[in-house]
Amino acid sequence: MEFALSADQRMLQESVDRTLARACPLQRIRKLPADKSVAKDVWAALAELGIAGILIPEAHGGSGLTLLDAALVSEMLGRHVAPAPFAATAVVAPLALLHAGSPAQQTEWLPKLASGKTLAGIAISERIAGARDGAGVTASNGKLDGKALFVIAAGAPLCVVADRDGGLHLVHTASPGVTHIPLETIDVTRPPGELQFDNVEAEPLNSGDARAAFAKIRDAGWTMLAADTLGASQRMIEKAVEYAKERQQFGRVIGSFQAVKHLCAEMAAELEPCRALVWYAAHAFDAIPAEAALTAAHAKAHTSEIGRFVARTATEVHGGIGFTDLLGLHYWFKRIGLNRQLLGGPDRVRHLAAQMQGFAA
Amino acid sequence: MNLAYSVEYEAFRAEVRDFLERYRGDWPRGYAGGRPNAEMLRWQRLLLEYGYAARTIPQEYGGYGAEPDALKSRIIAEEFTRAGAPGGLAGQGISMLVPTLLEVGSEEQKRRYIPPTLRGEMIWCQGYSEPGAGSDLANLQTRGVEQGGDFVINGQKIWTSTAQLADMMFCLVRTESERARHQGISYILIPMSTPGIEVRPLKTMTGASEFNEVFFTDVRVPVENVVGGRGAGWSVANATLKHERGMLGDPNAAETRLKAIIDLMQEETVDGARLMDNPVFRDQLMRLQGRVLAMKFHGLRLLTAAANGEETGLARLIVKLEGCELNHQLAAFAIDVLGELGVLYGDSPHLRAKGAWQRMYMFDLGLIIGGGTAQIQKNIIAERGLGLPREPKVAVG
Ligand SMILES: Cc1cc2nc3c(=O)[nH]c(=O)nc-3n(C[C@H](O)[C@H](O)[C@H](O)COP(=O)(O)OP(=O)(O)OC[C@H]3O[C@@H](n4cnc5c(N)ncnc54)[C@H](O)[C@@H]3O)c2cc1C
Repeated sequence: MEFALSADQRMLQESVDRTLARACPLQRIRKLPADKSVAKDVWAALAELGIAGILIPEAHGGSGLTLLDAALVSEMLGRHVAPAPFAATAVVAPLALLHAGSPAQQTEWLPKLASGKTLAGIAISERIAGARDGAGVTASNGKLDGKALFVIAAGAPLCVVADRDGGLHLVHTASPGVTHIPLETIDVTRPPGELQFDNVEAEPLNSGDARAAFAKIRDAGWTMLAADTLGASQRMIEKAVEYAKERQQFGRVIGSFQAVKHLCAEMAAELEPCRALVWYAAHAFDAIPAEAALTAAHAKAHTSEIGRFVARTATEVHGGIGFTDLLGLHYWFKRIGLNRQLLGGPDRVRHLAAQMQGFAA
Repeated sequence: MNLAYSVEYEAFRAEVRDFLERYRGDWPRGYAGGRPNAEMLRWQRLLLEYGYAARTIPQEYGGYGAEPDALKSRIIAEEFTRAGAPGGLAGQGISMLVPTLLEVGSEEQKRRYIPPTLRGEMIWCQGYSEPGAGSDLANLQTRGVEQGGDFVINGQKIWTSTAQLADMMFCLVRTESERARHQGISYILIPMSTPGIEVRPLKTMTGASEFNEVFFTDVRVPVENVVGGRGAGWSVANATLKHERGMLGDPNAAETRLKAIIDLMQEETVDGARLMDNPVFRDQLMRLQGRVLAMKFHGLRLLTAAANGEETGLARLIVKLEGCELNHQLAAFAIDVLGELGVLYGDSPHLRAKGAWQRMYMFDLGLIIGGGTAQIQKNIIAERGLGLPREPKVAVG
């Protein structure tokens, strides 16, 4: 019985941490709004560590690690508010190919994804979060029509698309009939997009059990977003505590005022159990299939709630400077805000958790 | 990451199961708390013999003498819960006094007090709090003056749980009046039968008398009843408080409660519809389930750290605050889904679960306050866990 990270896992996390500290300091993040595409430099630095192929089997050029390893990377991405298409390109898309792709599709695409040279987006939101503004994709005779909103890494050349009836497809976004409309959100570090499809040629991903494959990619997506929020929230608490130890008012550091001290204690006390929840959900994905879906749902929903509490409280501890662009704390605040809504807000995900247990129709 | 237990541990689990099955007829079914009755005392002896109670306490003090092994302790707890078997005696003597004596008691004290305490024959109470000394425990004023080899003790304790049935009290007394407040306190073992001790039960909000006031008038106790040396009581007491906080934050209690609430929501109806079919209740249930799972897995993380002898710092410090709060929220939620039925109490018709949810809701508030209040826990998390500065002392006088 060992519920802890291995030495290798800690090393992986530290090396991603160091790489991101170097590759995307806040000055780099600040340049993002001008440059709407993926931050190629940051992705290249991660790809050099083998992060792009983290889940892809060695036979296809990846390192064949577990979802827990991927969650540790995701946590570091949140910590550094890193502009990287990790969840889509390195986690959900490869898993879609592994669980629903044919051997030929795997052989063709997995090595390209593993190298980090080809990026892939995911258009699966409507199946989880529900369809708004008339979104939804229909497939007939191998052609896709309709539109998908909140496509993660929508600018990528490749995209895994979920249709209304539970099917998965691989689309080349340069194909005729595809229109990409970037969606501006609060978070500039991972702009999602809208993809419109007009009679678009697509490769079906239909080997194996489609429902099970979809559950897999949904659970993995939830777990990555939860881990990202965990890392971002942890960093916000550290920043609040550091600031509370330095900032003086009324002749004392503000961290000696109990009102401030207790805000910090509450943030830490609420976030700490989220770490174990994220670890468990990721580990269940790898090793305890019967618990995977429920724990992934709770990791997503609960960490989103705690993330929101930490984001607003850590900002409050900073006073006025927390509200400014000067300090840049808002990048973390917004990252947590986007993670919360993507692939279903907490209420939606809790409803799905109730359904999984037969508590709701 | 590997949640399976090794062959050695699975064999141990099988032993525990086997024991529980073999002695099923000896489970003390009639014991409902309070002073242990004959069947509970017999059960406790059996558990001591097999090492399912006082497992790591050395044999010369009446324990089983096993090497500390967090996983085995966990397996014992899991199997007892699974079978629905009553565990060994807990209480302040076993959970707090015994570990303290093992750490700082004299050889004579260990031999004299630990064995009967483990057997459930010697019941203890904790005499720390006073009317003027709660969170600020070091402000205690009960005094002991040495006279001919005895301390003569005068003063008052309050909120003393189980004092009405205790044989002994471990008590904090100011014995060195000339010293600074933390250095003037001694940790003294006091027989409750000593002349001059008066116990007055205090009725609490649950309707029971869980705790008492204890008055001392010229109570004479031999000086050798001091544990850890005269004036060292503050550090001895802190050792005990550490054990108490471990005891108060049991993360598995929450899971049991959650299961009971799920059953309740599937069985009970309002206007003919199951409570589970109310989307508002269901969402709240799911919120609580998320919290319960997070705390459960947090417990696994702490268990692994304990098994590997690692320090857990912040992760450990949050358990009392978060665990007690979660249990309290679960009871509150159960009351809410029961609606008006949720307020029934005592022997009322239509009563559910014998009124347990209201009792827990009230009792848990006591746990949130006792053993270091939630606010004191937050101070501890912030100061020891996050390194924030301590409250500046206000100049007195
Ligand atoms: C069910 C129960 C059983 C108990 N059993 C025992 C027992 O067996 N033996 C025993 O000795 N004691 C026992 N106690 C007493 C318990 O330890 C005290 O009640 C507790 O330490 C709080 O002290 P107090 O009641 O004097 O409250 P106070 O210390 O007066 O606290 C009142 C309020 O002020 C807040 N406060 C106080 N100081 C601070 C601070 N520095 N910062 C922020 N807020 C602060 C508290 O959090 C609380 O909200 C028991 C209590 C309960 C409820």
